[in-house]
Amino acid sequence: MTDIIVARSLTKRYDELMAVDAIDFTIHERECFGFLGPNGAGKTTIIRMIQCVSPLTSGSLSVLGMDVDKDERKIKEVVGVVPQDNNLDPDFNVLKNLTVYASYFGIDKETAQKKAEELLRFMQLTEKKDAKIDEISGGMKRRLTIARALINDPKVLILDEPTTGLDPQARHVIWDKIRELKERGVTVIVTTHYMEEAQRLCDRLVIMETGKILVEGEPNSLIAKIIGSGVVEVIEPTLEVEEFGKQSGWNQERADDRLFIYTNENQEVRRKLQQRFPTINSLIRDATLEDVFLKLTGRGLKE
Amino acid sequence: MRGNVLGNISWRAWKVWRRNADVFFITWKTNFLPSFIEPVLYLLAMGLGFGMFVSGFPPPYDKFSYVQFLAPALVAIQAMYGAFFECTYGSFVRMHFQKTYDAIVATPLTIEDVITGEILWGATKSLINGTIVMIVVFTAGLVVGTPLITIPGLIIIPFICALAGLAFASLAMTFTALVPNIDSFNYPFFLFFTPMFLLSGTFFPLGILPRAIQDLAQVFPLTHTANLIRDPVLGIAGAQDVFGLIFLLVWTAAFFYLAVYLMKRRLVN
Repeated sequence: MTDIIVARSLTKRYDELMAVDAIDFTIHERECFGFLGPNGAGKTTIIRMIQCVSPLTSGSLSVLGMDVDKDERKIKEVVGVVPQDNNLDPDFNVLKNLTVYASYFGIDKETAQKKAEELLRFMQLTEKKDAKIDEISGGMKRRLTIARALINDPKVLILDEPTTGLDPQARHVIWDKIRELKERGVTVIVTTHYMEEAQRLCDRLVIMETGKILVEGEPNSLIAKIIGSGVVEVIEPTLEVEEFGKQSGWNQERADDRLFIYTNENQEVRRKLQQRFPTINSLIRDATLEDVFLKLTGRGLKE
Repeated sequence: MRGNVLGNISWRAWKVWRRNADVFFITWKTNFLPSFIEPVLYLLAMGLGFGMFVSGFPPPYDKFSYVQFLAPALVAIQAMYGAFFECTYGSFVRMHFQKTYDAIVATPLTIEDVITGEILWGATKSLINGTIVMIVVFTAGLVVGTPLITIPGLIIIPFICALAGLAFASLAMTFTALVPNIDSFNYPFFLFFTPMFLLSGTFFPLGILPRAIQDLAQVFPLTHTANLIRDPVLGIAGAQDVFGLIFLLVWTAAFFYLAVYLMKRRLVN
């Protein structure tokens, strides 16, 4: 497996704020790699450094073997970026957004036109090609931004919160397209704070907080390692229940009105609880990445 | 490579110029009309109306009527407007509200390319506006039977407008790099633009003002632009115009560098 992006002691400091704090990561060819974390974790800063628009404070970062400090233009030629805000050009219609963007890559007019129409088909936007940007929906804008990021046939596609604010239909379309691109051989980098999205898309991911990587791995092995296979949720638990869990040596966590017990033996734990507290209100479910995320980053607000 | 502002500028800057030109020609009707109408109004109100009461200009203008004095200045003023509005409000909207710069720097263009392209486009707006006004004024001269723009003027003026455009666009972009929000453009407009508009020998010869104000007017690029356009038209070009030309070139070099440097400092972090 070729290493596409390699970061060593990657650091970004804004005055007093340590946005990215000496992190290491390696992204392999053709994988989907996720950066997860609450707002302010440093995800977007990492993206901006990879796309060569934000200089490093220290450390090193290479993209396809090129140094972001030296090969800005060459790197940008092979990277596609879908930024958090759709910065589509409101002065142009849908089709022209793609052809003008192609001109920035030095793609000639004819090729650009063909490529743009092909991408509109791929993103299911052909019938909107003459529409103005403020006439199309949020989901369409997002798809158009992805189409725009593909105009240069990038080897690496970076998506910064690709489905934030979209309805479920639009999200599924985008997830399908991302998977399709991955199969075609594009290396995909995603930042998100939707755990479902990360679990569906990412081969590997890191969970970050305040500029540091907390864990790295495959979604399922992270769940198995940190949470176990299942969760027992006790609704409105009494102090006795909490105490009982502690005495039983369970891996548990108390939130507002719930007690989460992380375990590989769902049924067994629940049976024991019901035996001891016959009126207890509880449910069992599979463990998810969200459990991992909340366990690592805590349940309190981050801002 | 990162630190060297001028080393990061390439031919790709023209792609940004082209983008702006494309937008301009999509909406050309709204773009052309104001630059047509304003000089006509000025010619009517100031030239024919107000100008009737004006006589006795000091030399070297003593042989000319007020409207002949005013007409070349109208070209200079519109040329100034072209770059100034484009690279203040226009550029700020693209930078801040539309995030156009963010979108472009994700491609092989650098931020230095983007700012250079914007300044080149601002200068082009000066060229377009100045040339339109020149044609309007020239035609008006034919209509009233007083030559307001001469044939050599028709050849020289577009070049002067383009050069002045670079000077004004670079200055405007420097302001854009510094203002915290779009309302803050009031400061450069009222503190710099308005005095320049009125006191650059545009509506009356500078020579009749107190010495201190005459000296102050020498730092206004509009003063030199107006002279560089008026003097050949009136046939009184001389050494002062060589100085004016050098002034605009030096001004452009200095503010172009400053604009790109400050913009990079603002946007790359």
